[in-house]
Amino acid sequence: MNTGKSHTMYPSTSGTSVVGLVYDGGVMLAADSLGSYGSLARFRDVKRLFKVTDKAALACSGDIADYQFIREVIEQKVRDDVCGGYTRELNAGALHCWLTRVLYNRRSRFDPLWLECVVAGYKDDEPFLGYVDKIGTAFEAKEVATGFGLHFAVPMIREAREKKQNLSCDEARKLLTECLKVLYYRDCRAHFKYQLADITPEGVTIHDDLNLKKETNWEVANYISGYE
Amino acid sequence: RHQNITGVVDGSQLLVMFRNQYDNDVTVWSPQGRLHQVEYAMEAVKQGSATVGVKSSSHAVLVALKRASSELAAHQKKIMPIDKHIAVSISGLTADARVLSRFMRTECLNEQFAHNQALSLNKLMERVGAKMQIATQRYDKRPYGVGLLLAGFDEDGPHIYQTCPSANYYDCQAMAIGARSQSARTYLERHLDEFRSSTREELIRHALRALRDTLPNDVELTNKNCSIAIVGKGEDLSIYDDDDVNPYLEGLDQEERRGGAGGARDAQPPAAPTAAAEEDDAASAPPPPPTDEQPQGDSMETD
Repeated sequence: MNTGKSHTMYPSTSGTSVVGLVYDGGVMLAADSLGSYGSLARFRDVKRLFKVTDKAALACSGDIADYQFIREVIEQKVRDDVCGGYTRELNAGALHCWLTRVLYNRRSRFDPLWLECVVAGYKDDEPFLGYVDKIGTAFEAKEVATGFGLHFAVPMIREAREKKQNLSCDEARKLLTECLKVLYYRDCRAHFKYQLADITPEGVTIHDDLNLKKETNWEVANYISGYE
Repeated sequence: RHQNITGVVDGSQLLVMFRNQYDNDVTVWSPQGRLHQVEYAMEAVKQGSATVGVKSSSHAVLVALKRASSELAAHQKKIMPIDKHIAVSISGLTADARVLSRFMRTECLNEQFAHNQALSLNKLMERVGAKMQIATQRYDKRPYGVGLLLAGFDEDGPHIYQTCPSANYYDCQAMAIGARSQSARTYLERHLDEFRSSTREELIRHALRALRDTLPNDVELTNKNCSIAIVGKGEDLSIYDDDDVNPYLEGLDQEERRGGAGGARDAQPPAAPTAAAEEDDAASAPPPPPTDEQPQGDSMETD
């Protein structure tokens, strides 16, 4: 199927980590609001997290344009269901499976959507959290993160879970905010403005324009040589 | 303008069809605002043998009368599985039914592959309806000459759907289509209030009784000419043929037939009607003739 055409294999404006975890009573998802242009912190109010239906939310890291494209496609998919009068709205498990098939198909054609996605929500009354990436790798887990989040946030969540298996809503939120704070300290492409989504059996709540700048303490910077 | 009147005899009914200049093309309207080709296609459904569908609050059941084109041939399969949660029973052109069944199966498979979930019945019906409608609006196609009864179970519970060659589909509590199905529909209407709370076995018996009412007096339901499909809450689709049908026929009271002159039969499942020699209870009634009601020399295989 080689038409001689080649497609870009690098992201332009990109988003960094996404972190998600399942807690006792729901699923939580967080992502910061930065669109980086390489090392330039270019767009500082990019919404990388969105509500798909009352049973599913999606957050992506990677190329922002690809995220916006897939968001449009998914929103149309939901619209088609509503217009068709279907009673069953798209749930997190179905969205995860569909996204896997789409992303894998694109990669197989050497025209990937440069994304690492986290799907959070409910499937058949059970909390659901899944990961899909640009090469079609897909899995479900109780804690999931992309990019730097995999290295910083996931171990933090697992450590907290070792102490207490089932986290409450407040504990989960605190943990997630702590993860994002650590990521802001350590990830050069991260920012202090972020979004947080909370999915419960009642529905999806997205908290926009959250800010963790006030909670950060950069005193330690003084001890780093070359800071001043 | 020339008008021919042709009469077609089917069972006890006399159909009178007006042939006129508006019926050769499905893309031509009659002055009365009718598409005659579509209506003629619906006649094909009435030629097929009867099938009944009925649902309770937890299960959906299909029963069908299988026809054998001759004594040498096997009884034509009437119920086709579509997925673990959907079965379809056909009446009319079997070949057309197979095309639609294949379409439904691929739709169900695609949903399973792309979304990892079972296809909802209402979604499936919309797609089948859209597909059948194309054939009623193109000059190079003809309507599908088959009526379907679908039984399925999804997140909204059990469903019975009926489709017509007109591409309309109907969500039903109970329905019967095919030859002499009016008798079955009368039974279903009379017992409509009992279905919702019926148990699994009661529901199958209701369906079988309705089906039995479509039979001529000298024909009985046997394990050769009867098919049962059931799907429901916590139960994947099962289709029963031949010996698997026996337990459900046994539960049926063969003597209590609407207007039937049933001979003295015991509770044992009757053997194939042509195997007259083995019957020891054929005291009063002579062995019944084969269940084939198809007019002879009919080239269109409708079942």
